[in-house]
Amino acid sequence: MDFLQLIISGLANGCVYGLIALGFVLIYKATEAVNFAQGDFMMLGAFVCIGFTNHEYMGLNFWLAVPLSILVMGAFGYLFNWGILRHMFGQSQTSIVILTIAMGFIIRFFAGATWSHEPTSLETPYAGQELRPGGLVLGVDEVLIVVVTAILTLVFYLFFSRTRIGLAMQAASQNQLAAYYMGIPVKRIHSLVWGLSGMVAAVAGVLFASKGAIDPSTGLLGIKAFAAAAIGGFGSLPGALLGGLIIGLVEPLAARYGPPGVSQIAPYAILLLILIFRPGGIFSQTQRKKV
Amino acid sequence: MSLLDIQNITLKFGGLVAVDNVSLAVEKGEVFALVGPNGAGKSTIFNLISRFYDPVAGTIRFDGHDLLQNAADQVPGFGIARTFQNIELFEQATVLQNLLVGRHRHRQTGLLSNIVFSPKAYREEVRHREAVEEVIDFLNLQPYRDKMIGGLPYGVRKVVELGRALASEPKLLLLDEPASGLSVEETQDMAFWIEDIQTQMGISVMMVEHDMGLVSAVSDRVMALSDGKELAMGIATEVQSHPAVIEAYLGTGEVSKTGTSRA
Repeated sequence: MDFLQLIISGLANGCVYGLIALGFVLIYKATEAVNFAQGDFMMLGAFVCIGFTNHEYMGLNFWLAVPLSILVMGAFGYLFNWGILRHMFGQSQTSIVILTIAMGFIIRFFAGATWSHEPTSLETPYAGQELRPGGLVLGVDEVLIVVVTAILTLVFYLFFSRTRIGLAMQAASQNQLAAYYMGIPVKRIHSLVWGLSGMVAAVAGVLFASKGAIDPSTGLLGIKAFAAAAIGGFGSLPGALLGGLIIGLVEPLAARYGPPGVSQIAPYAILLLILIFRPGGIFSQTQRKKV
Repeated sequence: MSLLDIQNITLKFGGLVAVDNVSLAVEKGEVFALVGPNGAGKSTIFNLISRFYDPVAGTIRFDGHDLLQNAADQVPGFGIARTFQNIELFEQATVLQNLLVGRHRHRQTGLLSNIVFSPKAYREEVRHREAVEEVIDFLNLQPYRDKMIGGLPYGVRKVVELGRALASEPKLLLLDEPASGLSVEETQDMAFWIEDIQTQMGISVMMVEHDMGLVSAVSDRVMALSDGKELAMGIATEVQSHPAVIEAYLGTGEVSKTGTSRA
């Protein structure tokens, strides 16, 4: 029972890591840029929802606030690319990486100044409620995280494999030149991908903040998610989720059964092992070049 | 009215004049070839039509539309498809998937109807699959249908790229060196396909090609370019025997007489 309990809470954490990693991978696949502010996007999404919901701010209904925050973060991602990154089209990866790191600092400062530097929780209608199936004690917040992530994964799968725009995103990520001449507006697609990853970040943020308090530095969680994305193979969407789940599961298990301190090192130790023995990640998508 | 009408187009890269005041027209149903030595500006004209470059002067009209008013991603929508000299395929996708991307401009169903796979989306999908299967039959691509592009030999990739362009049901097909790197047999296949594309499908073709055998076999009219300028225009044999064309390919007699030419 104790073990199962650990697994469930690990899964819930892992889902959040996985969702942030999904944001990394979406942007990397489509635009070949790495958004080091992805964790801060998640934190910002959480604070936007707190701003809408919590009674000391706007006090809106939670079920109205969630879609609103997702929309706000979608617009934020879209406009970030449209207003700033698009004008750096063709610059080196390093400049784009540095720009996103700087953006992370700005978001952290902005969140602290606008809302609070203190740990804050999202007021949810299901806070503290529990499910007790067969002797287990499961927090509704944790169950919800797993369920929402599963649904989101299914929606993403359908989106990328069936819809015109999802397929266009895949095409643009594989060959921008060819995509242009199939009639795909590549730059707009890039902005849409950034919008999409903003929306995923908002979902991750809402889920994370409904489970515990967050503060502006919570965005540094993005580093763990980055490790998750690398473990999964940086170009793979299922890999990102799997990488997130692995890290999420290893942490509580290492904390429970391992010597003290190991749980903090474990995610990076796994990353190191993966990079040594399978450098492309678990779902490696790079192909060996034919000579 | 001509299908494609290019008037007095000029493009400069810094001080280099890549295309110098060229005018040409491609008529409905014809095969039009551009020939000339390397660096003559042939592919550059393709890139101008595809809106990859902005000309400094001139106009490009296609089927009643002013192409210069439109962005690169809108060009396929008017019915222009192209292939590339260096093959630009979606490497981590199958032949079938590449051809289906060619149908992009014809897809109409919305996000939601695609996600729930509504009857309308189903009917549309069936229509696109049929169109793509016809292309696969036409180009004999059945053996490679579900193979990844990454593992295919060069000649097959070349055909897949042609297939992807055809899948978009264009009015004008731009072929950038369709025979380069192909074996003699493969080049022959290419010649038959181009003829069928012209006569059976009624698609106009504009191509850049160095293989004069292929050019003479399939093209109705040929334009020779050198240093961005038009040298000669006419049927293949006329252009090939034109003194200015021979000079551009082989150099002038005078230079070799003075002994400064290494050739």
